[in-house]
Amino acid sequence: MADPMRIRAQAAGGNATVRVLMAHEMETGQRKDAAGKVIPAWHISDVTATHNGKTVLTAEWGPAVAKNPFLQFTVKGAKAGDKIVVSWKDNKGDSRTDEATVS
Amino acid sequence: MMPTRRKTLQHGAIVAGLLASTGLFPQFAHAFNAKAFEAKNVADALKALGAGAPTESKDVVITGPDIAENGAVVPLGASTALPGVKQLLVLVEKNPSALIAVFNITDSIDSNILTRAKMGQSSDVYAVAVMNDGKVLFAKKEVKVTLGGCGG
Repeated sequence: MADPMRIRAQAAGGNATVRVLMAHEMETGQRKDAAGKVIPAWHISDVTATHNGKTVLTAEWGPAVAKNPFLQFTVKGAKAGDKIVVSWKDNKGDSRTDEATVS
Repeated sequence: MMPTRRKTLQHGAIVAGLLASTGLFPQFAHAFNAKAFEAKNVADALKALGAGAPTESKDVVITGPDIAENGAVVPLGASTALPGVKQLLVLVEKNPSALIAVFNITDSIDSNILTRAKMGQSSDVYAVAVMNDGKVLFAKKEVKVTLGGCGG
């Protein structure tokens, strides 16, 4: 199981800004190891975010998203106490789900 | 060295393509559009996603640094104030695969996304908004990547 994500959701002016920092290697599939063999791509391919159980954002990512990816988005109408759940799945089938409360 | 490397990469791509077509990569069976992410340039990536011809628009905003000192972590954002956005895409023209990320926007969030991308070299970066009515709007910006970290 991968390391937990860091999620921060802050309410401001009726909306909530959600910032997510995921822990993932995001190997591009372009690099080679010391023996000259290409290191296979290993990256987060799907991201889903929900607000109180309702899906608000889905994303597909390629290997060119930076290592330990950062994502910021704004949920309309979210207020303090609401629950934000973010989950990702990588191209090796690993996945991780974490949640945060809007503050 | 270069021809060998290129050949290896080509062979790798061919093998990967064969494997994908035989369904040996079950993880690609879901929504992930592998073809779009393998596209070498902006036009091919958009085509693979089924998007039409893009038009430049002032209503789409790409945010990014003018000069990125570290190509491994380049903050890039895409946003638009227009209603009816279906998808926001972030692309880097000169990366080995142009498409960085696809965000499927719903009514519950602002059409404003910020993330971080890797860039192999200085290039134009694109923010593309695919609208519900099928229109494809884009904005572009040049980001210079400083190699060696000298801050040029």
